This record gives sequence, structure tokens and C-alpha cells, in this order.
Amino acid sequence: MSDRYIIELNSITKTYEDNGFTAVEDFNLKVKQGEFVTFLGPSGCGKTTTLRMIAGFELPSSGQILLDGQDIAQFPPNKRPINTVFQRYALFPHMNIYDNIAFGLKLKKMKPELIKKKVSHVLEMVDLEGFEKRKVSTLSGGQQQRIAIARALVNEPKILLLDEPLGALDLKMRKEMQLELKNMHAKLGITFIYVTHDQEEALTMSDKIVVMNNGRTQQIGTPEDIYNEPKNAFVADFIGQSNIFKGIMTGHLKARFAGGEFECMDDVPEGTLVDVVVRPEDVIITKPEDGIITGKVTSVIFKGIHYEIAVESGKYEMVIQSIKSAKVGDTIGMSLEPEGIHIMIAEDHTTRFEAEIGDDLNLVYSDRTIPCDVTKVFPGSRIKDGELFDASGEKIDTSEIKVLVSIQPGDIQLSDDVEAGLTSGKIINLIYKGDHYSYVVRTIHGHDLIVDDEYLWNMDDTVGLVMPEDKMTFSIKK
Amino acid sequence: MKKTFARKYLGIPYAIFLVLFVIAPLLVLFYYAFTNATGHFTVENLIGFFTDSNTIGTLLYSLALALVVTLVCLLIAYPIAYVLARSKFNSKSVVIMLFVMPMWINFTLRLTALKEILTAIEGNLAFHPFINTVIGMTYDFLPFMILPLYNTISKLDGSLLEAARDLGAGEIQVFLKVTLPLSMPGIVSGTAMVFLPAMTNYVVPDMLYNSTYIMGSLIGSYFSAYDWHNGSMIALVLLLIIVLFTLLTGSEEEEKRGGALL
Repeated sequence: MSDRYIIELNSITKTYEDNGFTAVEDFNLKVKQGEFVTFLGPSGCGKTTTLRMIAGFELPSSGQILLDGQDIAQFPPNKRPINTVFQRYALFPHMNIYDNIAFGLKLKKMKPELIKKKVSHVLEMVDLEGFEKRKVSTLSGGQQQRIAIARALVNEPKILLLDEPLGALDLKMRKEMQLELKNMHAKLGITFIYVTHDQEEALTMSDKIVVMNNGRTQQIGTPEDIYNEPKNAFVADFIGQSNIFKGIMTGHLKARFAGGEFECMDDVPEGTLVDVVVRPEDVIITKPEDGIITGKVTSVIFKGIHYEIAVESGKYEMVIQSIKSAKVGDTIGMSLEPEGIHIMIAEDHTTRFEAEIGDDLNLVYSDRTIPCDVTKVFPGSRIKDGELFDASGEKIDTSEIKVLVSIQPGDIQLSDDVEAGLTSGKIINLIYKGDHYSYVVRTIHGHDLIVDDEYLWNMDDTVGLVMPEDKMTFSIKK
Repeated sequence: MKKTFARKYLGIPYAIFLVLFVIAPLLVLFYYAFTNATGHFTVENLIGFFTDSNTIGTLLYSLALALVVTLVCLLIAYPIAYVLARSKFNSKSVVIMLFVMPMWINFTLRLTALKEILTAIEGNLAFHPFINTVIGMTYDFLPFMILPLYNTISKLDGSLLEAARDLGAGEIQVFLKVTLPLSMPGIVSGTAMVFLPAMTNYVVPDMLYNSTYIMGSLIGSYFSAYDWHNGSMIALVLLLIIVLFTLLTGSEEEEKRGGALL
């Protein structure tokens, strides 16, 4: 690996013109020559779209893609020295293996003898010597994938793109191919950009991982960084198993969460609201009197190399991985080393939306009425004869005024009845945070709201969003 | 009701139908083809077919006509099918319907209309009998070419085209090296759907005043002169040609595992 950047993506954004959907937003990445970079994220996070923009199948709406310093963002795929291994292999069914692999070389008008040499060399590399005359349909999935890799590598690309290449293989085959790909990468020195939703695959294979969600980069770092120092709750939840708690800094290197006060390593100012990540393997089981917090064991599952123990501590739940077992119903103590606590400054999840003042002096949001007293919005104002007057008795013209309504995630209630609340939406993400679930709800208007709720809802549930007006705060939007 | 009612009895009506309307007529055809007016066995009709320059001429004319019609249909249908199948156009089905809809209008009516248009353009239809027949048949058979092509092309795996571009192929090379070879099943079945009817259809030339006989009209002329024997022999030879053609294209299609419907 050298220090030279082979490819740089500068504030790449992709918005589809037909529906206005933004698949990737402000994506920035620098990749060094010879690096193995993985885009990791749940489906629909924009990782494949980003890869397709590097390949040239999609053109970014804005931003630069610099390959060796040259902006190739608007080049067609055939003008880029980059090759792709497709998820479903995409081998040409009307050609034999030789013609498939030689496809790119023939287009370059290379001499037939040289093509022959290169094809047999690359076949040897993927362990399929002598397969030249075989038909594509006679090959197994794993063999087809090797041919697809060979077909891309034979062109000696500057960058090899791999779009979930192992997704269609069975587990054993996948593990084998992971190792082989890793070896191939080490041997060839070609830059690999790999897309997967499998966090284990990403951790095993990559030099650098880019975690993505909802079209945005969440964190870029080495596998160790990503695992040990997740930047936010999403990364912590997506990579490995974790206990995530809401907490607050109570002093220098001290945090209170999960019903206890713990010493930690992250220097965050006192009073800051934080999200705390605790990996299950970092929890130490102690005698009840020695633990910082205590709890009752609710389940124990044997997992081979460790036990997975769920403990209920007050209203919090903690999952522990330990080589020591425990009995269901036992009360145990739990403590944590400072290194085992990962503090992330909590993001501001206040929901804000604009409402208008209706004719009957109620607030109106997208044709639903918030039954509240408008005088709350204007301090000191009063209503007389259906008109609004301010403190000094002047009449207020409400038709032009927009009101900014704010509400905290924990104050929004989810309801089965989509008609119940101010609006409704679909749950697109959920994270368990120790004593409650944190949901991302995409409303029918396309906004993503964070809602905290102690009850479990399912992904893709359609829910009504009930916002009690006494929990709302109002301000006038100028 | 009997308990032993087996599903196979459901096939009886179809078996009867097959025997009455397919096998029996074929046997009658065979009988007439290999007998003479006195009812004795003969191969003279067969020899007659291949020695009569008139018959051979008609066969060649029919073949040429069918080939030209098929080629014209293919040249018109492929771009239409390609554009329709590859476009993201929402109301594709409406456009396809527009091409298929003429089939719902009475055949004679369509041809009469076409005749009037051609007469208006050419003055006298008798001057260009071959071209007129080609136009008439193309008009008639075009949907049969478009549909299988559309089916095949729209089922083409888009990632194959992307793979080809990724490996360095430009638009034209992608088309020649991937799209076209992979649409062969559609081309084959479209060709079969057009070529075979074009060989035998005699209504179109008849209505468009093409006085040159094609195979269909030749058989008709023998039959209307009560010469069952020669007429049958021509029909039999034509049948064999068609069977041969179907076998050839069929085996190719099977090999390609083509998904062409219709």
C-alpha cells in the first residue's frame, strides 16, 4: 500500500431526477493505492449506488470522482480503467468461459496469442485451469463467481469493484471465497472496493470500512476503529452486538447510565447528554455486592465459545457474553472497565416542523389541526371575538405567520391507528437502547423523525404519530 | 357417478377431435397424393411436382416472398421491440397494444383499406405486385414478429449489458456482441411466426391483385379444377418443408433456452 490516493470522491451526491429521491448525500472518501475498502450498510443505504457511480453506471448529480487526479465523474463505464464483479456474476450465457474472460481483451484489440496466455494465467489464479471450453451454464455458483472475478482481473484494472460478490453463495463457500479474495488482493496489489451488508465480512476483509446509512456516511475507519470506537448509535448497533444506553456525563471521566455511575475514558464535558455503547463481551460479572449495578438473569444461551446472558437491571436490559455461565433468576453484579465504555455525544433528535395558523386560530399541519391554544405561541396575547391581540392590544395578522413546533423524541407516541396522530409514517430503522427503542419513522411527507418508545414495533410497521400538544414548544418563524 | 372416473377420460373429446380433424385429413391427403385418377398407387404426382417448372417456379417465388416479408418484418420489428423493451416508458403496454390492435380488426377490412391506400399512391396495383404483396403481408404479420422480440429483449438481464460496458464495450459493441446474440431466441420464433404463414397465405396476394401464384393459390387452383391428386401432393410437399423448418428452428431455440413466448 502506498501513500498515493488512487481515487478520491469529493462531496458526491446522487439525486434521482424522476422521483427526487436522494440515494447518496455528500459522500467523501479517499482511497490509497492497494487498499481494501468496504462500503457497509443496510440495504438501501446508498452503498451500491456509490459503487455504481465509481463504475460509471450512474452519474453523480454533483461532486467529483478523481482517479489519479483526473475527474472521471461523467465518463461512461467503458472509458474507465475500473472493472466490476457483479452480484449475480453477469457472465455472458452465449459465450464459453474463454470468450467471457477474453471479452475485454478482444475489445482492446490485443494479439490472440497474448489473450490466450493471459486467460490461462488468470484461470490458474482462480483455480479453474482448463475451463476455457466450458459453457457458463455447466458451472456452479462458486465457479461462476471465480470466472466473474477472473474476467474483471484479466483487464488489470486500476480498481476492482465488487458488488456483494459473495451474497449468492452458501456460508461455507462464502468463507472460502473471503479468504481467497483477501489473498488475491494481497498478491495483486490492486485497489479493491467492496460492497456488503455483512458486518462480519467487512470486518474480516477490509483495510478500511465506510459505514453508511440512509445515503450518508456514518463513519470511516479501520475495522478496529469501527468496532471499538463507533461514532454513533447506528454504527454501534450495526457493527457487532451492543448494549446502547442514554446517559449523561456526571463529572470528569464519569458517566451515569443504565442505573449506575461508571468511570470512562472519553473526556466529555460534564452535563452532556450522551449515548453509551457497551459491548456484550466487555461486561464483567461480579458478586452482587461488588458490582456497580445489579440485575436479575432472565435468559442464558450457550453459544459454543461463550454464554449469552440477558440481565434485567431495573428498567434496563444488558446483554453479556461471558465464558462463565449464570443461572436464570440469579441476581448478579455487573461492572465495566473504563476501556469497555464508549461514549458518544447524543445527537439532537428534536423534531421540528412548521405549522400554520388556521382561520379558527388553531394550528394546522398538512390539513390536520393541532387543538392548542394559539395564545401559547404569542406570550401575553389573548383572543377576543375570534381575533388575536398581542399584549399591547394590537391585532395580530395570523395569515402570514408560520409557527415552528418542536417536540422531543420521547414525547411522541406511536399508535396502531394511523389516523390517530398528527401524521403517520413507516418505521425504517430501530435501535434498542437498554430501556427503550429508538425508531426512525419516515412520515408520509417524507420526513424522518426519531421517536423513542418503550414498546417494540416492527420494521415497516405503519404507525400513527401522536404528539401531545402539552409537550410541544412553539416559536414563531420569521 | 362411478367412483373410478379417471382423469384420462377427459382426454377423450380431444382424441376424437385429433382423429377426425388432424389424422384423418392427413391420411386422406396421403391417399390422394399417391394415387391417380383411377385410384391406383402412383408416384407420378411427386415426380410431377419436381419436374413441372411451373410448380417449382411457384415454390421459389413463394420462398422468395416469404423471405423478403420475414426480413422486412424483422427490420421493422427489432428497433420497435428494442426501444419499447429498453425504455423506462410507463405506458409501454399501451404502445404494444397499438401495434397488436390491428389484429382485432377484420382481416379483409384491413386489406381492403390497404388496397385503397396503395391504389391511391401507385395508381394501378398491377404494376408492383411483388412489393404490394410484401407490404400487405408485412402489415398483417408484423405483430407476430414484435411480440416474441419484445418478450426476449425485455427479459435480457440488464447486468449483462452493464458488464459488457464495464469491460470496455461501447454502445454499438454492446449491441452487436451481447444484445443481438441474446435476442436470437426471439428472432427465431418471430421468424417462424412470420415465415410459415407468408409461405402459404394466398388471400393477401389475391386481394392485392398479385396474379403470380404462390403455393397456397397453386393448391387452390388444382382443387378448384377437381384435381385432388396433384393438389394433395403439393400440399404434402409444402407440409414437409414446414415441418423441416420448424424442426430446425425448434432445435435451435431449445439450445438457446429462449424465453420467447407466443
